[in-house]
Amino acid sequence: MNRATTTMGGLISALINITVALMIGGLLIAAVGEDPFGAFSVAFIGAFGSAEGLSYTLHYATNFVFAGLAVAIAAQAMQFNIGGEGQAYIGALGTMIVCLLFPWMPWWAALPFAMAASMTFAAGWAFIPAYMAAKRGSHLVITTIMFNFLASLLMIYLIVNHFREAGSMIPASGPIADGLKLLRLDQVLNRLGYDTVEAPLNVMSLIALAACAAAVFLVWHTRWGYELRAVGANPEAAAFAGVNPSRLIIQAVCLSGGFAGLISVNEIMGAQHRLMLDFALGYGFTGIAVAMIGANHPVGILPAAILFGALYQGGASLSFLFPSVSRDVVTVLQGLVVLFAGGLTHVLKPAATALVDAFVVKATQRRANVSWN
Amino acid sequence: MELIDMVLVSASALRLAIPVVLAAIGGLYAERSGIVDIGLEGKMLAGAFAAGACAALAGSPWAGLAGGITVGFVISMMQAFASITLRGNQIVIGLAVNILASGLTAFLGVAWFDRGGQTPTLDGASRFGAIRFPFADQVASVPVVGPVYRYILSDQTILAYAAFAIVALSWAILYRTSFGLRLRACGDKPEAVATAGISVSGLRYTTMAINGMLCGMAGAYLSLVQGGAFFRDMTAGQGFMALAALIFGSWKPGRVLAACILFAFADAMQGWLQGTQLVGFEIPVQLIQAVPYLLTILLLGGIVGRAEGPAAAGKPYLMGER
Repeated sequence: MNRATTTMGGLISALINITVALMIGGLLIAAVGEDPFGAFSVAFIGAFGSAEGLSYTLHYATNFVFAGLAVAIAAQAMQFNIGGEGQAYIGALGTMIVCLLFPWMPWWAALPFAMAASMTFAAGWAFIPAYMAAKRGSHLVITTIMFNFLASLLMIYLIVNHFREAGSMIPASGPIADGLKLLRLDQVLNRLGYDTVEAPLNVMSLIALAACAAAVFLVWHTRWGYELRAVGANPEAAAFAGVNPSRLIIQAVCLSGGFAGLISVNEIMGAQHRLMLDFALGYGFTGIAVAMIGANHPVGILPAAILFGALYQGGASLSFLFPSVSRDVVTVLQGLVVLFAGGLTHVLKPAATALVDAFVVKATQRRANVSWN
Repeated sequence: MELIDMVLVSASALRLAIPVVLAAIGGLYAERSGIVDIGLEGKMLAGAFAAGACAALAGSPWAGLAGGITVGFVISMMQAFASITLRGNQIVIGLAVNILASGLTAFLGVAWFDRGGQTPTLDGASRFGAIRFPFADQVASVPVVGPVYRYILSDQTILAYAAFAIVALSWAILYRTSFGLRLRACGDKPEAVATAGISVSGLRYTTMAINGMLCGMAGAYLSLVQGGAFFRDMTAGQGFMALAALIFGSWKPGRVLAACILFAFADAMQGWLQGTQLVGFEIPVQLIQAVPYLLTILLLGGIVGRAEGPAAAGKPYLMGER
C-alpha cells in the first residue's frame, strides 16, 4: 500500500461516511413525516441556489476552515484539541481590544492588528492546556473541555460587566466603528454595478484560503513541520533524533488555538460587527467533524468546511419551510459523521484502502498479462 | 450566615448534586474498567428527554424513569460496541454521543411535541415528589438537629436516596466483590484479566451497561425532579461537571461523591453570595461557577494533589496484542 492508495482509501471512506450520515438524516426526516428528498433539495437550494445563500454558506465555511485547522494542526502532534470554541471566545477579546483602541483606522489597516491580537489571545489561552499536556501529561481533551467552560464564563463576565452598552439588556457589546467593518463581497459587486443584497461573505474568506496554504507549507514543507509530524508518529524516536517533543506539542497546540482565534475576526469585524455572547457556539465540535472528514489536511478541510457551511445554511432554510424539521438535524449529521469517523477507524478506512489496493493490483496484473500474451 | 440559611443551602446543594453524582458514578464504572467516557453529558441529555417524554405520555414518573434508563442503556451499548468491539477512538465516540444527543433530542422534541424542543410540562402526579420523614415538622424547631432532619435528611426525592445507596453499593461492588476486583484490574492491566481467563470485552460491556443506566437515571432526575419537563440542552454541562468530579475524586466512589457535593455547594452558594462584598470587592457569579473547573485544572496540573486515572483507560483492547 503506498501513499496514493491510502489517500484514495481515506477519500472513499470519507465519502461513505458522509453518504451514510446523510441517509440516516434522510430516514430521520422521513420518520417525522416529511419528504427527505424534498427536504434535501430545499437545503441544497438554500445553501447554493442564490447569491445570498451561497454567501452565507461560504461565510460559515470560513469559520469552519479555521475551526478545522484548529483541530488538524494539533492532530499532527497526536494531540486532540477540542478547545476551539473557548479559544475563539478568548480570541474575540483580542479582536475587540484592537477595535476599541483603533476605531479611526480603516479596516485594511486594522485587520493585521486584529488578526495578530486574536491569534495571540487565543494561542495564549491554548498555552496552559498545551503546557499541561506536554509537561504534566494531563489529557488535552479533558483540560480543553474545562477551558471551554472557563472561557465562556469569563466572556459572560466581561460582556455583561464591561463591553455591554450602558442601558442595554442584550448580552453583547456596542457596534464597532463603521470604518472597521471588513470589506464584503456584496459591496464589491455593488460597486461593479451588480445589484446584490447584503450578505456576510468578506475578506476573511481569502485569509482562510491563505491559512490553508500556510498550514500546508508549515506542516509539510518546513523543518518544523517535519519535526512536528515525527513527534506525532513516534515521540520517543523523535526525541532520540534530537527533537524536543514537548516544545513541538506546545507550539502546535498554540498554533491551533491561534487559528481558532481568527473565527472571532470573521464574526466580529466581518459579520455581526459587535461582540455577541456565544458567537462561536458549537464551532469547536463542527471543527472536529471538518478535520475528521478532511483527514486533518487543509486540502481535505476546505471541501469539508464548505459541506458543513452548506449544511448550516441549508438547515436554516430547511426549518423555515418544514416546520417539523428543525435545523438540529444538522447537529445530528455532524454527530453521525464524528461517530463513524471515530468508531470505524479500524473498519472503514482499512477496508476502503484494501479495496483500492485490490483494484490497483488487479489492474497491474491485467496489464502484465496483456504484455505477456 | 444564619444556621437555617446554612441548612437550606446544604439542602439545595444536595439536590443539585444528585444528577452529577449519578453520572459521575456511571463514569467511574466505565473508566475503572478501561473505557474513557466523555459522553456522560450526551447520555444524561438523552435520558432527560426520554424521561420527560415518557412521563408526559404515561402520566407516571416511574414510566419516565424507565424510559430514561432504557435510552441511557441503549446509547451506552452502541457506544460500547463502537469502543470495544470495533476498537474505535473512545474520546471521539464519546464526543459523537454528546453531539448526537444534543441534535436528536432537539430534533425529536420539535417534531413530536411542537414546543420548540421542550416536552410537555409535567403535573405533580408525573413527577417524583419529596418524601417527608415522620415527625419532620414536629422536630423542626429543635436546635441544629431539627432543621437538619427536616430540610436535609427529609424532603428529598426517592432518586436522591437511591443515589446515595448507589454510591455505597458501588463502593462495595468495587472493593468487596471479585467482580469489582476484576473490573479494577481491567482498567489497569487488561492483559492480566485476560490471562486469568476472564473476558475483557464482557466486563467492559457490563460496566458500560451500568454506566448508561446511571446516566439515564441522572437525566431522569433533571426532567422529573428539577425541571418538571425536558428543555433543550438542559444538562448545560453537568455531564462534564460529573467528569470533573470523577477526576477530582480520583476515580473513587466516596471521594467522587464528596467532589460532587463540593461542586454543588459552589453552585448553591451563588444565590447567597450574589451582591456580597469580600474585602470591598464584589465576587462575580461567574467566578463561583468556575470553581469546579478551576479546581479540576489545578488538580490535573499537579498543583493540588495528583490525578492518576486507570492506566489502561482509553486504550482499546485486542487479545494477544502487546
